[in-house]
Amino acid sequence: MSLYRDEGVVLRTQKLGEADRIISVLTRHHGRVRAVAKGVRRTRSRFGARLEPFMLVDLQLYEGRSLDTVTQAETIAPYGSGIVSDYARYTSGTAMLETAERLTETEREPAVQQFLLLAGALRTLAAGEHVPRLVLDSYVLRALSVAGWAPSFTDCARCGAPGPHRAVAVAAGGVVCPQCRPPGSAAPHPATIALLAALLTGDWETADASEGPRRREASGLTAAYLQWHLERQVRSLRLVER
Amino acid sequence: MYEGVVQDLIDELGRLPGVGPKSAQRIAFHLLQSDPVDVRRLVAALVEVTEKVRFCELCGNVSAEDQCRICRDPRRDAAVLCVVEEPKDVVAIEKTREFRGRYHVLGGAISPIEGIGPDDLRVKELVTRLASGEVTEIILATDPNLEGEATATYLARLLKPMGLKVTRLASGLPVGGDLEYADELTLGRAFEGRRLLDV
Ligand SMILES: [Zn+2]
Repeated sequence: MSLYRDEGVVLRTQKLGEADRIISVLTRHHGRVRAVAKGVRRTRSRFGARLEPFMLVDLQLYEGRSLDTVTQAETIAPYGSGIVSDYARYTSGTAMLETAERLTETEREPAVQQFLLLAGALRTLAAGEHVPRLVLDSYVLRALSVAGWAPSFTDCARCGAPGPHRAVAVAAGGVVCPQCRPPGSAAPHPATIALLAALLTGDWETADASEGPRRREASGLTAAYLQWHLERQVRSLRLVER
Repeated sequence: MYEGVVQDLIDELGRLPGVGPKSAQRIAFHLLQSDPVDVRRLVAALVEVTEKVRFCELCGNVSAEDQCRICRDPRRDAAVLCVVEEPKDVVAIEKTREFRGRYHVLGGAISPIEGIGPDDLRVKELVTRLASGEVTEIILATDPNLEGEATATYLARLLKPMGLKVTRLASGLPVGGDLEYADELTLGRAFEGRRLLDV
């Protein structure tokens, strides 16, 4: 039993008893932890809005057997206010938090890359720099890559034959060449594949210039790819605004 | 673990919101030691509430009749509608005696992570209510937390094009607290919602 300090993004909160909450936080050094925030639902709580989802906070925690306890919380960046003021940002952001939670299922397993990726994506989302749905899709593709499921949108995902290729097979992990192409592969517009590649590498110039139908197609493929790797459904994806 | 019926009672009580296993046990033993007349009165109240209480067909508040007391009261201002998450919020606002309009109870807040979207709340009913044109002002009084804010954002975007005056309940510093303890978000909101002092 000891005290430790770390920074983290609040992913989810859940009511506990009369006035407490259990918060799920993706921290920089300790992976995802679950901790009790005592009295946080009272209007006079010293934690106030600091422990709401999307918040990047500096936390002091007291280590417990199953759940830790938050003893101090200071805001590093209140991304929540920039996200909640726009409904499309809010729904995309929520899907990002749920994805991050799913990809860090094992508690206290360090996941510094996932933390950095999420914090960066939330900063971009809150600032309104790009269309929320594009920020979400880019985040999902990169978070899956960090988790070891990097898709390929240039060379064939099966044999590595240099691209560009026209067919996409979600189960194979991206684009496939004519020889590797399994039956039932998708054949999206070439600009959709270019958009997916741009989202994966963070080429915002290409992504921002993309057209509506290509974005919808890319979103559908990204969602399919995410669901393929996660056992349970990501609930908030259904409510993301296009 | 206790025997049969006692444990059943503890289990049932433990399913209530805010009641943990210890509290459930304490309530169960309190009931066992109470005067049977008192317990029967409690039972009667529970039965009555499940049999008689319904939801107002207009606003969604709990009601003993088809329409609740507030919706039936002709002295209430029909031009102003206050949108809240739960029936308990109606009670809280009524206690202030500040509001003379009517209510609309959503039945919760938008929470995508829990799978709750606008279609799972009484949003359609709200839009239907506005069709007559009687309502000219909407006060969004959802909870001042993230989900409440998101719900207000969604509703404001939906309602403003209908030509209504849409306001959001001011959120600011808790009365009786010290400024230095306020978090950045609360303090920021308090700045946005500051008002002119007429002296
Ligand atoms: Zn009513």
